[in-house]
Amino acid sequence: MSRETATRSPAGRGLMRDLRRLSIYTVKRLLALFVTVLVGVYLTIVIANMGGQVDELRMVQIRSEAAESVRANPDFQGMSSEERNQLIQRRVALEVERLRLDEPFILRSVDYLQQAISLNLGRAEQMHSDRGSRQVYDIIVERLPATLLLFGTANLLVFFVSVFSALSLSRRYGSLLDRCVIALAPSSAAPGWFYGIFLILLFAFVMPVLPASGMVAAPPPEGIWAYAASVLRHMLLPLTAMFVSQLFVSIYSWRTFFLIHSSEDYVEMARAKGLPSNLIERRYILRPTLAPIITSFLLMLVGLWSGAIILEQVFNWPGLGSLLFQAIGHRDTPVIIGSVVIFAYLLAMTVFLLDILYALLDPRIRIEGGER
Amino acid sequence: MTGWLDGLRELRRYPSAILGMAIIALLVGLSIYTVVAIPYSQALELWRGGEHWRMTPANAGPVWADRLLGGRQPMTISVSSAGADIEERAFEGGRRLRIPLTFEYEHEGFPSEINLFLRAEGHEQTPFARLVWETPDGREISLGGHRIGRRERISISQNRALERRLGGMVPHVGLLAEPDTQQAPRVQPGRYTLTLDAVVFDEKADLETNLVLYGRVHGIAGTDHQRRDLQVALMWGTPVALAFGLLAAVGTTVTTLIIAALGVWYRGWIDATIQRLTEVNMILPLLPVLVMVGTLYSTSIWLMLGVVVLLGIFSAGIKMYRAMLLPIREAPYIEAAQAYGASNLRIVMRYMIPRILPVLIPTFVTLIPTFVFLEASLAVLGLGDPVLPTWGKVLNDAQAQSALYNGYYYWVLEPAALLMLTGLGFATLGFALDRVFNPRLRSL
Repeated sequence: MSRETATRSPAGRGLMRDLRRLSIYTVKRLLALFVTVLVGVYLTIVIANMGGQVDELRMVQIRSEAAESVRANPDFQGMSSEERNQLIQRRVALEVERLRLDEPFILRSVDYLQQAISLNLGRAEQMHSDRGSRQVYDIIVERLPATLLLFGTANLLVFFVSVFSALSLSRRYGSLLDRCVIALAPSSAAPGWFYGIFLILLFAFVMPVLPASGMVAAPPPEGIWAYAASVLRHMLLPLTAMFVSQLFVSIYSWRTFFLIHSSEDYVEMARAKGLPSNLIERRYILRPTLAPIITSFLLMLVGLWSGAIILEQVFNWPGLGSLLFQAIGHRDTPVIIGSVVIFAYLLAMTVFLLDILYALLDPRIRIEGGER
Repeated sequence: MTGWLDGLRELRRYPSAILGMAIIALLVGLSIYTVVAIPYSQALELWRGGEHWRMTPANAGPVWADRLLGGRQPMTISVSSAGADIEERAFEGGRRLRIPLTFEYEHEGFPSEINLFLRAEGHEQTPFARLVWETPDGREISLGGHRIGRRERISISQNRALERRLGGMVPHVGLLAEPDTQQAPRVQPGRYTLTLDAVVFDEKADLETNLVLYGRVHGIAGTDHQRRDLQVALMWGTPVALAFGLLAAVGTTVTTLIIAALGVWYRGWIDATIQRLTEVNMILPLLPVLVMVGTLYSTSIWLMLGVVVLLGIFSAGIKMYRAMLLPIREAPYIEAAQAYGASNLRIVMRYMIPRILPVLIPTFVTLIPTFVFLEASLAVLGLGDPVLPTWGKVLNDAQAQSALYNGYYYWVLEPAALLMLTGLGFATLGFALDRVFNPRLRSL
């Protein structure tokens, strides 16, 4: 009995110690990330308002719009110019108050920051969602699934296909297939939208078998299955474009990575012991390299949020990227800031997840409490 | 230094490296030729469009593509009054001129447009001309009468009345078609004449005319919707793309490297600040910020370059360089340098950075096409430089004019091929360099 407790207690203490260090580490990282998001979002607010210069542009626009609407309205034809000017002034003042342009920019920017961080994204100035809502939150949430669907699928596909084919290629190092893949790696110098143009040319115009752009057929087909089939058909080209542009370089880098790690001494040792090759792969190659693999998986997710604008533009995909582009075109600052806030939050969440996973996977962090 | 030379010598063993270098040399040669042949100001002037291009067809494909596919589409035919034999008869208070503009038409396809340019300088009273079109089989079609201003352009293709008389065929088809065919119109080959019967109320003043039958193919690159020769943009796109890619790559890698080295050397709060800045920067998405700057401030390519470099300074690369530099910091030769009294800056610049430069070269080379494509991406989003012709802007024009839908494939394929060539050139060289200079790969 006593021997049992004696052996268990150091392990128990070890677990407690691990947990304590892990939680300290987590809190530290959370705080750091929060500050990071704060600074990033504030910078965005300043850039999106051109440090307050957008206000002047907007004032001019408001004035001309008010003047135009008063002049165009036949009810006000009978007014004297004095009265009409007053009316225009009143309307401008109302609009200025609505957009809070009478307050200094610094004050508003802090206010914007506070609202943005608490995800109270406010109302769009010009744009609205397809359902007609003016809430920035609704507009963004409406677009989010489209982006997630397309880019999530593409990235998952690229990731798993490349990791597994790299693993099998590293076993056949120097074979014809291996050399072919290496030779194809430079094809990734071009981004996805670039291949997208070619794919559209080939499969939508030369051989019209697939739709060139959009997400579903118009009008949307009835029934879930028909709808899904239509979305799938529209997804095929952008998916292929991303797949082609990322696959080979991804395989190349994973293959090199696995090659380096499968020439480690402990792997040679395991081979010499005569362990079966799938066991070697699982326990001696994949387990020690899990941390970098997961890192790159999550970093790929990070890239997912930001690289989408052009591909979505080229394929006219109704996602976050094209929303951001439209918002910038309309100078609709709440929407711009809202999208970037969402971007920043998603990125921060990804980075945080990365840190936690790292801590779980890498014993050095668990023991030293993140003093890297 | 010998390590470098050995590395370069080793590079010759890789055919892909040779191919990459050949492509890069080709592009650099093309850029130098372009900058010499079409000076910067002239290129901007040409790309602004307008009067320069009144003699070129709109949306014409490249000649070689048509000939390779066995087509015999027409090139632009221009018939000037300078070589024509003009009959002149004087009368009281003026002259009567009969200017025949004759040309042979042997092509398979119809021209894309017909315009008649007239110049009548120094006339006190506007001259008047009657136009008659004569076909090879002797039919005469009246094209109506026109008063001639100082500089006149008669768009024969836009003549609706003529179109009705030709049985609904647009004039540039109807005037050259075989008569009375029920099927699709076919070209009647032979000798055509457009006769100007002009009355001039002046003894001496000149009347110059120029009949232009715009072709369906033009030059080696074709033209766009504004009649501009794409060759200008494709050629000028090369130095612009190379300069942008190179400057952005140099700007980001060098500054990033120096900052990472400084952080590693000084440690403490400097390192911490650099690390935090990097994290903030990682949260700011590059492309949306660029799009924002482009729409709100200016789309000048140099401003974009500045923003790219600025955002690239604290990029994720810092973390990578930091990891590479940390062991170097503890190396004995650094200690030795410190012992004989080398300054901090000297240690960073002369002892630490040169050590990891070889590893950096491949990254640097593969970064160049990334930035070339970034510039093209911005242009495709409509944020290209407002005046400079670039490949991305050609793509953007093509996209905006639905080039693929209208079947102007050359318009998309040409800039795309050049972009692809640049990407491939640098990428193949970069991958080969990686195999030579990356110590981890060399040991395999």
